Amino acid sequence: MSAWNAPLAGYGTQLLLGLIFTLQVALCSYTIGMVFGVLGAAAKLSRRRGLRLAAGLYTTLVRALPELLLVLLAFFLGAGLIERLLVFLRLASEDFSLNPFVVAVVALGFIQGAYLTEILRAAVLAIPRGQQEAARALNLPPLTYLGRIVAPQALRHALGGLGNIWLNATKDASLISVLGIFSDVLKVSSLAAAATKRYVFFYMVAGACFLALTLVSMALLEWLRRRLSLSRLA
Amino acid sequence: MAAAPLEPESSRVSFSWDFFWHGVLPPLIAAVPITLTLTVLAALGSAILSIPLSLCLGARSRWQRWPAQSYSLLLRGTPMLVQIYLIYYGLGSLVPREWMRHSWASPVLRDAFWYGLTALTLNETAYVAVILKTGLDGIDRGQQEAAQALGLSRTRTLTRILLPQAVRAVFPMLANELILLLKSTVLVSTITIFDVLGTANNLRFETLRVDEPLLGAACVYVVLVGLITLACAAVERRLRRPEA
Repeated sequence: MSAWNAPLAGYGTQLLLGLIFTLQVALCSYTIGMVFGVLGAAAKLSRRRGLRLAAGLYTTLVRALPELLLVLLAFFLGAGLIERLLVFLRLASEDFSLNPFVVAVVALGFIQGAYLTEILRAAVLAIPRGQQEAARALNLPPLTYLGRIVAPQALRHALGGLGNIWLNATKDASLISVLGIFSDVLKVSSLAAAATKRYVFFYMVAGACFLALTLVSMALLEWLRRRLSLSRLA
Repeated sequence: MAAAPLEPESSRVSFSWDFFWHGVLPPLIAAVPITLTLTVLAALGSAILSIPLSLCLGARSRWQRWPAQSYSLLLRGTPMLVQIYLIYYGLGSLVPREWMRHSWASPVLRDAFWYGLTALTLNETAYVAVILKTGLDGIDRGQQEAAQALGLSRTRTLTRILLPQAVRAVFPMLANELILLLKSTVLVSTITIFDVLGTANNLRFETLRVDEPLLGAACVYVVLVGLITLACAAVERRLRRPEA
C-alpha cells in the first residue's frame, strides 16, 4: 500500500478512478444536454406551433419531475422502449441491449437539456431584433448570421446560466450511484464506508471530491467570464 | 407498443391499467403526506435558519461572513445525496448504541425520517440564504437609517421593515426553490424513508413490476408540483403591491 493510499484504507486508486468516472459522466451528460438545449431552444423560438408545443411539454415535464425518478424511468422504462423500438425497426438484433453508461449520460443530459433550453432561449431573446433585420438587409446567409452574430452574443448572455447547469451536472452525476452498477466516486465511497465502518470519513472524502470539482469549475468559469467580458475588448 | 408480437420470450409484462389504478396509485397517494411533511418542515426550518445565515453572508465583519460563506459553499458545492448519506450513516454511526436503544431520544434517533429531514433542511438553508441575501441587498440602506432614527430596535427593523420587503422582492425565486425542495425529497428514499418514490421502489421490489410504480410516481409528482406552482402563483398575486 503506497503512502497516499494508506489513510484511505487501500481505496485510494478506486476513489480516484471513481472521480474520473464521475467527471466523465458529467462531461458527457453536459455535452448531450447542450444538444437537447440547442434543439429545445430552437424549437421554442420556432415559428411552427407544433415544435413550440413539443418543446414546452419537454421543459415543463422534465422540470416538474425529480431527477432521480427521471434517471430510474430512463433505466427501467426508457431504455427498454428504445431497445424494443430498434428491434422492431430491424435496426438491431433481438438480443440487443443499450450500454448502461450511454443510458445514464443520455438520461442526465435529457434533464439538463430542459434547463439549458430555457437559458439559451432567454439568451437569444436578449439579442436586439434589429440585428436580424440588419443581417437580412446585408444579405447575410442565415447560417452565417446564426454562427457569427447570434451564437457569440447569446453565449455571452448565457454564460452564467450555463455555468450553473454545469455545476449541477457535476452534482447530479452522483445520482447514478443509486443504480449500483457503476463505480462512480460516491458508490466507491459507500462501499469503502460499509467495509471499513468509517462512514463519516469516507462520505467526507466523497464530499471533498465533489467540492474539488465545484471549486475547479468555479475558477474556470470565472476565468472564462473575464475572458469573454466586453470590457476586455474596449 | 405495437412491438409486442416481435417480443422474444422475455420476462417483460405489458402495462396493466388495473394494477396501476388499484395496486399502485392508492399506496402512492397514501405516501403523499410523508413527502409533503418533509417538504413543509424542511421549508419552515430553512426559512428560519436562513435568516441569520443571510445576515452573516452580508455582514461587514469577516468573522461572521467567513463561516457563513464556507457553509454556503460546502452545502451548495456537494451533492445532496452525499449530505444525506453523511448525516444518516455518518452521524448515525457516531450516536452511541445505548442512546439509540434505550433513551428518551431513541424513537427519533432510530427513525431515518429525522436524518432525512435534517439533511434536507441544512441543504435548503444554504440555498434560501443566498436568495434572501439578494433580497436584503436590494433594499435601500436609507430605510435602515430611518428606522434607527425612529428608535426602532434592530430586531423590529429586521422583522417589520427589511424582511417583508426582501421576501416580497425574491418571492418568485423562493417559490421556485420550494419546487426544487419538493423534488429533492425523493433522495431520502435511498435511506429507507417511504415517501412517494420510496413507496414506488418498494412496490417495484415486491411485485417485480417496474412500469406502473415508476409512472405512477411520476404522475403524483407532476400533480404535486402543479399544485404548489398554482398555490405560489396565488400568493404572489396577493403579495404584489397594488401601485407597482
